[in-house]
Amino acid sequence: MIYLQLKEYEKLLAHAVKCLPEEACGLLGGKKDETGNTYIEVVYLLENTDHSEEHFSLDPRGQLAAVKEMRANGWRPLGNWHSHPASPSRPSEEDKRLAYDSSALYMILSLMERDTPVLNAFRIENDHVEKEEIRFIQG
Amino acid sequence: MTIVVAGERKEYADGLTVEELIEAEKVETPQYVTVTVNDTFLSNAERASRSLQEGDVVEFLYFMGGGTIPSLCATND
Repeated sequence: MIYLQLKEYEKLLAHAVKCLPEEACGLLGGKKDETGNTYIEVVYLLENTDHSEEHFSLDPRGQLAAVKEMRANGWRPLGNWHSHPASPSRPSEEDKRLAYDSSALYMILSLMERDTPVLNAFRIENDHVEKEEIRFIQG
Repeated sequence: MTIVVAGERKEYADGLTVEELIEAEKVETPQYVTVTVNDTFLSNAERASRSLQEGDVVEFLYFMGGGTIPSLCATND
């Protein structure tokens, strides 16, 4: 189970909408417990250095700054997120090909239907994709 | 020597290179990982030559990208 702070989701959504028509992206920081639950405490909004409607690459310098801030706050890097401005919330072939870290969580926000954004979380190892349930929490 | 690797303090032999550390840490798909030492980004060539020193802070940053079209910039060269 993935627990995501509602205010962090709202921050992610607002940023992704602001970045349209380009894809938006960032990192996820937080904690894991011994039962396998993942708690996303902070969503980082990073630059998509591709500035593309169909592709994203995270800015490595922003990535480093975010990782350092996570460590300073006792969090750990959990994975990344990106938006799909015009396609569903599931990993594309390119998303799978570039999912080099099998321990990472990959979250995808679809803005295909602007009034009903869809956020899903996945683990990706080679071609194997596993969806994880997200539960929004407050406080 | 004691160094900090991805946020964890670890003991390694003096003179260890970054390339050797990558092997020792069993970093997955290292060709797609950018390495920083004390916030300095290393080139691939520097990985082999850079020896680590007491207190160095090392981070492994995976290339993170995706999309609906293949990227032309999916390496850290």
